Amino acid sequence: MYRSLFPRDMFAEMDRLQREMQQAFDLSPTIRGFARNGFPALNVGGTPKAIEIYAFAPGVDPATLEVQLERGLLSVAGERKSSLPAPDAKTAVHINERFEGRFHRVITLPEDADPEHVEAKLRDGVLRITVQRRASAQPRRIAIQ
Amino acid sequence: MNNEVQTTRATLRSDAGQSSRYSDASLTPPVDVIEDVNGITLYADLPGVSREKLNLNVESDTLTIEAEADLAVPEDLASHHTEVGLARFKRVFTLSKELDTEKVTAELAQGVLKLRIPKAEHAQARRIEVQMG
Repeated sequence: MYRSLFPRDMFAEMDRLQREMQQAFDLSPTIRGFARNGFPALNVGGTPKAIEIYAFAPGVDPATLEVQLERGLLSVAGERKSSLPAPDAKTAVHINERFEGRFHRVITLPEDADPEHVEAKLRDGVLRITVQRRASAQPRRIAIQ
Repeated sequence: MNNEVQTTRATLRSDAGQSSRYSDASLTPPVDVIEDVNGITLYADLPGVSREKLNLNVESDTLTIEAEADLAVPEDLASHHTEVGLARFKRVFTLSKELDTEKVTAELAQGVLKLRIPKAEHAQARRIEVQMG
């Protein structure tokens, strides 16, 4: 559906293959599938206090970026304009690999994500979204009486 | 499975890459290359790369783009899902003779590199008058 951000990343391809094999045996994929080759590419991780999402969206106009959190779903949408000139007789496009157009990706957040405490920062073309976990869900040490 | 997550974490931190199996590996950034009458323009996607971590090199007729992303990943981050598993980018192009490598200009904005390589003066297209004899 989307053009991959790094179509020639062999290691990632091998990882994907391995994961898809695993998931094929598992037979219970998430309902939104595994859109591994979308734009922007997403890395998701967690710390005990927060969920961190890195969206690799180089060259995206910040004005078009829309980050929404609704009912445990985080969506990142926006548009990246083409850098190619209007075709005419004097220009030639030799390589065209970069993504262009509108994009929209959705991920499910864990249940303890706190929709009131979300922060999004765009730096060097990477959008970093930090969703705090609910305080009640954070591990607490229980004192033994 | 657990081991794989560890590896990915290590490579995301730019200083911890040596110990991983990906240590010398790099991603190939996607590019657009457009030629017009006066030269060539190249755009490359380098998300997370700052100016200090970008290395452009022209040696005789080889252009090398090398860069490293710096994501400031928290120490105790455990990866759940990784689509960009490497923090290093590299791509090499062979340039042709008519390009003026002395006059290459580069801009880096929002993770996109724009390179402009003009054609040498003598190589620029000239309209040749056809004489009627």
